[in-house]
Amino acid sequence: MKLLRVLVTAVTAFLAVSSAPTLAGDGGRTAKPVIEIANPGKCVAPADEMRRNHMEMLKHQRDRTLRAGIRGEPASLNACIECHASKKTGSVLGGKENFCESCHSYVAVKLDCFECHQPKAKFKAAGLKP
Amino acid sequence: MTTPDNNARRKFIAAAGAGVAGLGFTAIAPGLHLMAVGEASAATEARKAGTAASPAVRWGLLIDAGKCAPGCTKCIDACHTENGVSEKLPDPRQNSQWIRKIELVDRRNGKKTELPMMCQHCAEPPCVDVCPTGASMKRADGIVLVDRHTCIGCRYCMMACPYKARSLVHVPLTEQNPEVPRGQGCVESCTLCVHRVDKGQTPACVESCPEGAMMFGDLNDPASAIAKRIASVPTTQVRADLRLNQGVRYQGL
Repeated sequence: MKLLRVLVTAVTAFLAVSSAPTLAGDGGRTAKPVIEIANPGKCVAPADEMRRNHMEMLKHQRDRTLRAGIRGEPASLNACIECHASKKTGSVLGGKENFCESCHSYVAVKLDCFECHQPKAKFKAAGLKP
Repeated sequence: MTTPDNNARRKFIAAAGAGVAGLGFTAIAPGLHLMAVGEASAATEARKAGTAASPAVRWGLLIDAGKCAPGCTKCIDACHTENGVSEKLPDPRQNSQWIRKIELVDRRNGKKTELPMMCQHCAEPPCVDVCPTGASMKRADGIVLVDRHTCIGCRYCMMACPYKARSLVHVPLTEQNPEVPRGQGCVESCTLCVHRVDKGQTPACVESCPEGAMMFGDLNDPASAIAKRIASVPTTQVRADLRLNQGVRYQGL
């Protein structure tokens, strides 16, 4: 019995040591999302809620805005972009440090929004009056 | 997704509010106010944040073809700048066209008339009837739109539209105006500059016309300039025989 206990302890210790290098983190194999935000500060909801529910918030908001014509809602893709665009590129897309792309590539979820929406903050189309 | 039009009730409330249209509500007792829905001043004001488009309003255009200058494309340029329609494809027939100029020629005497043609914002839009996904839709205030979130790019609506008003985006886009999302594989057309209208502005084409040939306003509001003009001069809807009750009307055709 004592032998078994020693064996279990040894196997557990071995597993803990051998699996450590595969955990994400500095020097890990998986690059964690790098969040670089132009205007950090208060979001429309706490971060854990945003992480879990931002897609639902945007989905319901888009229907209310487009179909019912309700403007000025707190959950708005343009408002997301204004704060979360990268300082360097002014965009939420483009590289690993860009807000939307970094997380979406980490979790391997396709990001469709920007096939139609403009990913750059304060973007002015050519010739557009302010 | 449209709300049933309860006209009788709205008219009563509007009449109740007419005395203080500028204030937007009427006092029925001290400290107790009755909101006026669809009052006269609504036509040019920005809708408050959080309120939906009202079925009491019907946005429309009146275009004076007599004033439309031959060869002038200012409305097209303004529209395509405002809405970020800038792509130039090798086959120009594939370019998106939210608004275009049409020349009418009377063969008997050579009289030429030009007019801008775009989505006519029908009250009974055929594009909405044929859409298999419900992406083609009419907003409560009469603006006909494409919900690109559900558009599958089948182009039935392009076939159904009697005015050739719709286009399919053929290439990936990057230069969109943040307020006007548009992208490859979706059908699009004139939105009556819905993003401007919701802010209380007029469509870009109306603002750009140097001849003042275009007028924008609420067709349902008898006090609006556009409704007064339609009530006083002869105007036509293009292909009125289709009985689609278009929101865009023409004068001098």
